[in-house]
Amino acid sequence: MPTNLPGTDVVVIGLGAAGGVAVLPLADAGLNVVGLEAGTWLTNKDFAPDEIRNNVRDWPMAVQKCNREVPTHRMNEQAPTTRAAGHAMMNGVGGTALHYWAQSWRLSPFDFKTVSETTRRYGRARVPKGSTVEDWPFGYDELEPFYDRIEHEIGVSGQAGNILGALDPRGNVFEAPRTRAYPMPPLRSTGYLDRMTAAGRALGWHPFPGPAAINSERYQGRMPCMYHGFCNRGGCHVDAKNSPNVTTIPRAQKTGKLKVVTVAHVTKIEVDGNGKITGVTYVTGKEEFFQPAKAVLVASYTYENTRLLLLSTSKAFPKGLSNNHGQVGRHYLSHAQGGAVTALFPFNLNSWYGLPAQGVAIDNWADDNFDHGGLDFIGGGNLWVYSDRRPIGAANMNTFGRAPGWGAQWKAFVKENADRVNTAYLQKTTLPYEGNFLDLDPVVKDPLGFPVCRITADYQDNERKINDFIQDKMELWFRAAGAIDIVRGPLGTMGVNTHAYGGTRMGDNVDTNVVNRYGFSHEVPNLGVLGASVMGTSGAHNPTLTAQALAWRTAEHLVKNWKAIAE
Amino acid sequence: MADQSPSRRDLLKIASTAAGAAAGVGASAAARHAEAAEQRARARSRPAREPLTALTAHEADLLDRIAELLVPSDANGPGATEAMAVRYIDRALAGALADQRDAYRMGLEALERYARQTRGGPFLQLPETKQISLLIDVESGTATGANVGFTGSSAQFFGLVRGHVMQGTFGDPYYGGNEGFAGWDLLGYPGVRTTVTPTEQKLLSPPTRVRRSAYDSPMFNKAIVDTKPAGSDRDAD
Repeated sequence: MPTNLPGTDVVVIGLGAAGGVAVLPLADAGLNVVGLEAGTWLTNKDFAPDEIRNNVRDWPMAVQKCNREVPTHRMNEQAPTTRAAGHAMMNGVGGTALHYWAQSWRLSPFDFKTVSETTRRYGRARVPKGSTVEDWPFGYDELEPFYDRIEHEIGVSGQAGNILGALDPRGNVFEAPRTRAYPMPPLRSTGYLDRMTAAGRALGWHPFPGPAAINSERYQGRMPCMYHGFCNRGGCHVDAKNSPNVTTIPRAQKTGKLKVVTVAHVTKIEVDGNGKITGVTYVTGKEEFFQPAKAVLVASYTYENTRLLLLSTSKAFPKGLSNNHGQVGRHYLSHAQGGAVTALFPFNLNSWYGLPAQGVAIDNWADDNFDHGGLDFIGGGNLWVYSDRRPIGAANMNTFGRAPGWGAQWKAFVKENADRVNTAYLQKTTLPYEGNFLDLDPVVKDPLGFPVCRITADYQDNERKINDFIQDKMELWFRAAGAIDIVRGPLGTMGVNTHAYGGTRMGDNVDTNVVNRYGFSHEVPNLGVLGASVMGTSGAHNPTLTAQALAWRTAEHLVKNWKAIAE
Repeated sequence: MADQSPSRRDLLKIASTAAGAAAGVGASAAARHAEAAEQRARARSRPAREPLTALTAHEADLLDRIAELLVPSDANGPGATEAMAVRYIDRALAGALADQRDAYRMGLEALERYARQTRGGPFLQLPETKQISLLIDVESGTATGANVGFTGSSAQFFGLVRGHVMQGTFGDPYYGGNEGFAGWDLLGYPGVRTTVTPTEQKLLSPPTRVRRSAYDSPMFNKAIVDTKPAGSDRDAD
């Protein structure tokens, strides 16, 4: 029998990017909050500039709960099932935000209203067949105050391109209006990034520095970025990366209202006979605990949010919590991030230092920023080049067919070209489809004996067409900057991914969505869901800031409607 | 995040194919013999090996020679031998990569059987041209069909060894390789810093080289080298 713990107001499952910010408005409102985190606290002393540990041996994803329950994947219901050795999500106070790239984008208004905007501009027939995409239940304007709040609460550096309609060509002229500038100027440029900016302008495009949850100057008493080159899969050695473990979580703890419980592996959300949540069961080592709560916010990442609901069966919810409409796991998508474009230059780029968030973006070909009238797809992609290189990665560089993979000729090639290569990161609009979904794997189990999540998903024609289109644009940009050779990577398939969306989609229609417009379950009144699992579209930009803005909004909704939801 | 890993794997595949083609039409036999003699001379002047922690002496000899062929010592500077890449592998197989110890044992045994069966002698006694052509067979997967004991494809074993030789040559010296910063010097990597100035990020202003390990700085907890971490496919941006 589990040990019964004293009750609390709210349990937040997972203290990562989403749960880690939601605890602050809850604690500030005086609610008692227990944050259950599967990982532990890490400090800046743990974040050595060590490529072997971070990038080769995949620390800090080591010894993690989420890497013992990696989802399986099959491209469709007839295809074979495979399982990756691991993935880049991690447990820890701060979650994957400890080692993420910290690109902190707002979505475009088009991403909120993909169906109606596509219909308005091009006709309903242009919404890809088989897609289950819906408009979000609200538009960009509804989320703008929460974007603004998060940007200032955690600290985001960037150059505004549109403040209340006043365009600034130094920033993203395609961005939707924001009420004020970023709280910090953008991260610095580099010689290489200056060159790419000039080349983009020469093409008539609109390059600009991207937004990052990384300090470009002192912020809230923390240090600015040191640009040392080990941010990618590494935590920050000076706390300049604004993960919740150095921003919102410590502030919530200072209220005395947040209790952080580490190494807590939640196994089930419990309900009473009426289908109302009574608390959660979790395991620490071999000990089992029951934590009673008046409301629960699930914030454990898309795969685990879905799995935890499906595993939490009861008389009231025989197919899993909040799944009496069969929607848990549906409308799954993972961001089309494959299809990288790599360029070789005839001169050194001096890219040995920097970070993946220190870069130049072009959004001329993102979202609906260009006319799709004569094209055969909707949406688009964000072009992103950045300064980031480490020696083992450099030695494993593409040889562009100009040298073999080893031996004296190879050695001569890498000696000359190790600092002459750059790979662009291209995020592209991805839609949900009827055949793409998450469920429980019928065979593979985690070490506790629970089935892991199974992904059944693949990209469709719309994503493939965007990929070809965007790779063409990226090649033009690289060539304009002087690249002498280009290699294009494959788009790949929808395997386990760090940008995973859906599974508990948000919408007004109870027949096609798990949570309502505030992130609370249509079926379980005191269950909220945080993270990109509530998002029904990806847009062409990183999801984290949007997931955080939505999480803050859901937490505020809980505070304002505490009696109706929890009492 | 950029999914650099999948594309990197694909690119390695391309590179490997190119390797086969290039080595086949490579230097003349005379030049190869001269080079081989030079390398034998270098091998004789190699520093005495430290006590091994995981590999047998014969396995270490084989790996030393393979590493030397992968990243040779030549006019472009020291190679994997001087970088002590095999010391890195030996230590890793006793710690973080312990679960790959058997793959090395079986792979090297298979490589030796393949050498005797198809080249007429043990690998270390073959002339360099035959050693190279044999490695190309292993790399391309051709050696798999000989039924000499490669698990799966021989290409997997080649990829394993190549990957670890790269880590041992270009990784942080804390892990036993990159002796004398030979690998970082080859690439022109200016070294581990904890602070980088704006000037150091400008074109035509490459930073001066610093030679130190991440763990020379007292500000960091030492990485644990004796546990096996989980694998992972993608970066998180």
